[in-house]
Amino acid sequence: MSDALLSASGVTKRYAGIVALQAVSLEVRAGEFAAVIGPNGAGKSTLFDCLTGVQRPDRGQVVFDGRPVDSLKPAARARAGMARTFQRIELFGGMTVLDHLLVADRARTRRGGLLADVLTGSHPSPEELARCAAVLELLGLEQWADRPAESLTLGKGRLVELARALMCEPKLLFLDEPSSGLDRHETDEMGNALQRVQHERGIAVLLIEHDVPLVERLAERISVLDYGELIASGPTEEVLSDQKVRIAYLGATT
Amino acid sequence: MQLLEYAIRGVPTGCVFALLAVGLVLTYKTSGVFNLAFAGQAYVSAIVYYELRKELEWPLVAAGVVSILIVAPLIGLLLERVLFRYLRSAGSMAKLVTSLGLLIAIPEIAKLVFGSETRKNPPPLWWVRRTDEWLWPEGATFVLDAGQIATMASTLIVVVGLVVLFRFTNLGLRMRAVVESPRLAELSGVDSERVSMAAWMLSSVLAGLAGVLVAPLFASLNPFDLFTLLVAALAATVFGGLTSIPLTFLGGILLGVLQAVLAGTLPTDSVLTNGLRPSLPFVVLFLLLLFRPGLRSTRELADPLATVDAPPPPPVVRARPPWVATGARAFGTVAALIAFLVSWFVLDQYWLGLAISGLILSVTMMSLIVVVGMGGMLSLCQAALAAIGAFALAQVVQATGVPVVVGLVAGVLIAAAVGALLAVPVVRLDGVYLALATLAFALMFQSIFVPLSWVSGGAVPISVPRPVVGPLDLSDDRYFLVFVIVCATATALVVIRLREGTTGRFLQALQTSDVAAASIGINGPRARVVAFTIAAGIAGFGGGLTAIDLGQASYEASFPYLIGLVWVALLVSAGARSIQAAVMSGLFFFLFPALLDKLFALPGNWVESNPDAPSWVASIANAVQPTWAQSVAFILFGIGAITYAKHPEGSIEAQTTASINALVRRVEARNGDREQAPVGAGVGPGAGGSTP
Repeated sequence: MSDALLSASGVTKRYAGIVALQAVSLEVRAGEFAAVIGPNGAGKSTLFDCLTGVQRPDRGQVVFDGRPVDSLKPAARARAGMARTFQRIELFGGMTVLDHLLVADRARTRRGGLLADVLTGSHPSPEELARCAAVLELLGLEQWADRPAESLTLGKGRLVELARALMCEPKLLFLDEPSSGLDRHETDEMGNALQRVQHERGIAVLLIEHDVPLVERLAERISVLDYGELIASGPTEEVLSDQKVRIAYLGATT
Repeated sequence: MQLLEYAIRGVPTGCVFALLAVGLVLTYKTSGVFNLAFAGQAYVSAIVYYELRKELEWPLVAAGVVSILIVAPLIGLLLERVLFRYLRSAGSMAKLVTSLGLLIAIPEIAKLVFGSETRKNPPPLWWVRRTDEWLWPEGATFVLDAGQIATMASTLIVVVGLVVLFRFTNLGLRMRAVVESPRLAELSGVDSERVSMAAWMLSSVLAGLAGVLVAPLFASLNPFDLFTLLVAALAATVFGGLTSIPLTFLGGILLGVLQAVLAGTLPTDSVLTNGLRPSLPFVVLFLLLLFRPGLRSTRELADPLATVDAPPPPPVVRARPPWVATGARAFGTVAALIAFLVSWFVLDQYWLGLAISGLILSVTMMSLIVVVGMGGMLSLCQAALAAIGAFALAQVVQATGVPVVVGLVAGVLIAAAVGALLAVPVVRLDGVYLALATLAFALMFQSIFVPLSWVSGGAVPISVPRPVVGPLDLSDDRYFLVFVIVCATATALVVIRLREGTTGRFLQALQTSDVAAASIGINGPRARVVAFTIAAGIAGFGGGLTAIDLGQASYEASFPYLIGLVWVALLVSAGARSIQAAVMSGLFFFLFPALLDKLFALPGNWVESNPDAPSWVASIANAVQPTWAQSVAFILFGIGAITYAKHPEGSIEAQTTASINALVRRVEARNGDREQAPVGAGVGPGAGGSTP
């Protein structure tokens, strides 16, 4: 229990009578690759929103890195070490790929305020550029650095989101269906990138995903949501072979 | 009992508010446009009715039918066909700026068409003219005049009619569907073109009706009075959450009643209460925007089918070769130098004065760059903040005798402080609501604070001497020009540094994706408060310079809130992020009407110097009126804002980008494919592709 990086207990959320989440408890340990799966409408996105602070749960606590974060807004949780990507891609307009990384880096280091801007112009320093270059290389984005991020394909755009999240040097990375809208090849590329991130940076990851092969390949532990309730949780292989899960999610009838 | 009597007296006024507010709600519900130009449309029908009824002495019904049921829907149809049908999927900001442009342009077009003379005592939409001729009920305590009866009856009919339309008819349902999603509506067999035309015609009829009914409340027919009344009615619109017609009606009545009760019970002798009574609607609007539950979470109308559209083509950001930047800088320096030499040696007092005023206005415009262009907040109160800078300068200098330049700094600090206090609650609102809250602030400032002597110095503006800076006596306009150039350049440098630095990057991130900015830990409200405060300080700086320029801090002469709206329209259409656009639009605001003035005076002067010219030539020449200048200038300013939807980056920015791209292409073509370096190789300095 004590080694949990993120620990949610009894998280409940209702919308006008519909129970989106019913007392969901979940843990992610430091450095672990965890995943949440479940059919459409199972409450995965609501759970994500409650964990990252976009929505307030009606009941339940979220403890991150040893302290309760229930009262913190998304930006404050990000500064505490949670970073995320989005299911519907959210890139900044009019910025190059490198700009995305620099902005995230500045948001983390808090370098450059009003006075620094006016007096020095706050040009990117060699250290900042080096940090960006390292992440670009890790994700294979070097050749796209100076391209406007909006002009990239969806697959590359998702990698830019991932790179931006990594620049926050998070302890825990939330990935919201990173393969949605991608073809097989792009999904593989995303999987490789995630494996490299996990391998080289050792960041804990909580993944929400539809694509079972991708989850099987990446996740150490899976939690399964169905109708707002956690119906199974445990090591990947065990959970995927569980009969209840197969009925709820994989559509097995026997 | 006394209170009840006051309350009942407020009902007719409440009906006026309700009628205007319901009209706005109808436009918003059926077109998704928060249509500030509603006041302009109302004005046109009021003029037509006035001309027909008073000048041509038509019977009431005929004049009413033509002005309200024929002219008004035709205007609505015209607006829909040539403008708003192209804006159906535009953002709320684009729609709001467009309606701002129309608000400026429509009354001026009407003045060109119908003549700009003063129209006194507008006739009521009833058969008798004056209060004392027709009183009802006889012998009662409450006296209603003809205009009030007409207003109350029309309001009731309109409200009931609209509720029936939306609740029970197919057309009402279709109108709502088309606003929600034109394409989805079409997929289910609705002809969204025709529904949208019908919606615009209907809302325009309502504008016309409101204009004709409300006009007799004023001594003379005037678009500004109509607009101010419309802003007052906005409180009722917000009360109804921008969509509920019955609630809006209730809000209007309550507002009228509250105003009447306050008028009856507050002491009449204090300056503050005298200011508070007429400004009550603005105070209520401001408070409602900040505290009405549920408003903040009201999502903007968003088309659920928006994602099926192909995304807009990404802006072609060509990696500009370094010689372009060098060339542009050299060109700009030479142009500025020539302009300076011409101002110094060639211009006479009149034109030099205008150029100085224009350059000072460009400082104020730079405050709009920070708040609108960088911050994405459509602030409509920069004129009020500029006035605060001017008043603070004048008061500090008068009270303590410090040098004017010190007073200027004090003005900047006080304007920034007021801006910060205003920003803390306001930045939490989005889009349209923020614009309305700042507009409410501007009107509160005008009606409550400007009359106070500790703010403005009272009825007579405080005079501000031109300072002596080192060896230069700035009462010489040419030295003052140098001083202003230094101030404008310094401001421009600060704005550019902020735009390209961390502050600007954070704001850009917030503006383009709020959730993603939060996900990397950017504190949105804080960044917006900072931007708003800096902008307020810059506006205060511009206001202080204006006071020094004119020799006095005068609200009437320099800072009425409507002038502030024209500034916004001008800057946003020229390029809300560009220093070049700020300077150009500042100069343009003062020089262009003056140039037109000279131009339109030419034919008349020619006739005077050629008395033997044929009479038909003379009559044509004499038809050109010098008074057209202001109208034509404002129409063009307004039309400029309308182009915003097409070029959100601004016409000057679009033009610059296009010509630089063309130049680069031509040079590249001449160089052949010697230098076909792949775009974006390796990690370079990450400054965005924007021009200074």
